[in-house]
Amino acid sequence: MEGRLANMWRLTVNESKFVETALQSELRVDGRGLYDYRKLTIKFGKEYGSSEVQLGQTHVMGFVTAQLVQPYKDRPNEGSLSIFTEFSPMADPSFEPGRPGESAVELGRIIDRGLRESRAVDTESLCVLAGKMVWSVRIDLHILDNGGNLVDAANIAALAALVTFRRPDCTVGGENGQEVIIHPPEEREPLPLIIHHLPIAFTFGFFNKGNIVVMDPTYVEEAVMCGRMTVTVNANGDICAIQKPGEEGVSHSVILHCMRLASSRAAATTKIIREEVEAYNRERSLQKVKRHPTLAKSVVSGPTVVVKEEHRKSSDQEKAAEISREHVERLKLSSEELRSTKVEEVAASPTNFKGGPSKWDPYSEAMDVDSLKASLASKGDSVTKSSSKKTTNGSGNAEKDAEMSVEEVTGDLGKKDTVEATKQNDGEMTLKDAVKPKKKRKNKNN
Amino acid sequence: MEYVNPEGLRLDGRRFNEMRQIVAEVGVVSKADGSAVFEMGNTKVIAAVYGPREIQNKSLQKKNDHALVMCEYSMAQFSTGDRRRQKFDRRSTELSLVIRQTMEACILTELLPHSQIDIFLQVLQADGGTRSACINAATLALADAGIPMRDLAVSCSAGYLNSTPLLDLNYVEDSAGGADVTVGILPKLDKVTLLQMDAKLPMATFETVFALASEGCKAIAERIREVLQENTKQLEYRRAA
Repeated sequence: MEGRLANMWRLTVNESKFVETALQSELRVDGRGLYDYRKLTIKFGKEYGSSEVQLGQTHVMGFVTAQLVQPYKDRPNEGSLSIFTEFSPMADPSFEPGRPGESAVELGRIIDRGLRESRAVDTESLCVLAGKMVWSVRIDLHILDNGGNLVDAANIAALAALVTFRRPDCTVGGENGQEVIIHPPEEREPLPLIIHHLPIAFTFGFFNKGNIVVMDPTYVEEAVMCGRMTVTVNANGDICAIQKPGEEGVSHSVILHCMRLASSRAAATTKIIREEVEAYNRERSLQKVKRHPTLAKSVVSGPTVVVKEEHRKSSDQEKAAEISREHVERLKLSSEELRSTKVEEVAASPTNFKGGPSKWDPYSEAMDVDSLKASLASKGDSVTKSSSKKTTNGSGNAEKDAEMSVEEVTGDLGKKDTVEATKQNDGEMTLKDAVKPKKKRKNKNN
Repeated sequence: MEYVNPEGLRLDGRRFNEMRQIVAEVGVVSKADGSAVFEMGNTKVIAAVYGPREIQNKSLQKKNDHALVMCEYSMAQFSTGDRRRQKFDRRSTELSLVIRQTMEACILTELLPHSQIDIFLQVLQADGGTRSACINAATLALADAGIPMRDLAVSCSAGYLNSTPLLDLNYVEDSAGGADVTVGILPKLDKVTLLQMDAKLPMATFETVFALASEGCKAIAERIREVLQENTKQLEYRRAA
């Protein structure tokens, strides 16, 4: 790997000797077996064709996009597949921004060989107008964290993104059949790419002059190892690509042993990828099912109880004050449970108080049309009454009480947060105690 | 398209296990410490080695007590049928990395600390198997430069077309879409340093192709040894005179 001296992380002699000595006793530093892989998680993004893969500490994201372009002259009937790698400097201190370095180019080409040369992605189906318009599929791989074995993780990210990618449907039309119309996803369902098989990459690290072989080397093991090999296989037992870029020489038997190891693991990894993609697709299709937005029942339940009672009683100002008190209590008790809807309740209560019973009320019991009409009429009356009574002082008291109680409610609820936080262990007794003094104050006013 | 006719002859008249004609010459670039030209059929590659010399860029040095090996692979724009757009593309970067690491495995770098060895490879004619030709040329050039090596690094390619493993593919056979296996070995130590494959092959078929390529490598190693011995005799003769 290239890199400025200051940015390079060097392995200490102690650490490298420790890793090597441990491997001679078939022990790996992180406790894995020689051929064990780290934990693999595959996640998908919002957009079609975006994936996020974590292999132990290694974190890679893959994005697939497609564009209509002119085909290459020597292949007029085929679309193209190109892979771009971005070794983000946040992943490793030795990665530098700008043009991809040697290892970035190598990684891109290994994955490219595995996907394109082995005909995993069907490029002929990407042709729209022979010789004029074809789909060019572009895979972008971003390395976010280099924990070792970037090739395998990036390969899985590319595969996961390709399998979940959907390209827009397009038809050839126009005057002489030469125009290509791209349909937006709302018009026509986008189409998946045709993928014949999944080539999975397995990386091996060689130690001790090629005598010890490990799979899935970590960052530290990569710094110590004297050679590596990446074998790309698919679940059908075909070998799609091999890359052993020089370095330590190994015997023929070791090479064949590695290839057999890789072949035996291909089926399991393919299954994992397919399962994750299935789960994602199921979720995606469930999201498309339109659901009715659920009404906030908690907001409605509090006031409805009060409203019913108020509805049955006369719209007396004194009784309104009592109800306000009851409502305050109810609010406090209910808000202990429904802390998140506190604000909504407080917001709901004053409007319901001042305006009378709520007109829309699908959850309350049998409401006859006459009573509804009466409530509508009374609402208008109470509003005018309250506005007229605001001028007079006597009944203004009750209004003030109602207002005050509402304020106290907000104040109480505000205080209750802190009170609850400190006195949560004491139980409800203490909370009621906190409430009671306020009530006494109100009685004094009355 | 038929790449192997029923009698077993390929497009250029070779049999499945026949290599193309090899022409190798040492000491062609006068300014370089070591140089060689290596031809495999129509593929012609020239290699020049400068070193061991002082390290130009200290920041690139990773191991203090080993020599730094630098390699540059480039294809001349006139080397392929159509004029190439750019000399240095991703393929050249990858091949430079791969060839450098192959040569590093066979050079005794611990004998030349704090020094730099530059290998420049230029493809003059490309007709399939350029990376194999480059590795062979580099080996000759390094030997010509007198750089200590643990073994000769030799390389050969093989493929699989019309259900037949074929040794030493040319450009037409390579672009046919079948598999292309390039193997680089250290013949005396019998170790595989370089192994690259593209396109699909079932496991059993791969083993046959791999074995065929290794045989080809051994044959090339013999040829390279002959060339070097002939060269040494010439030097001895000139010195004696």
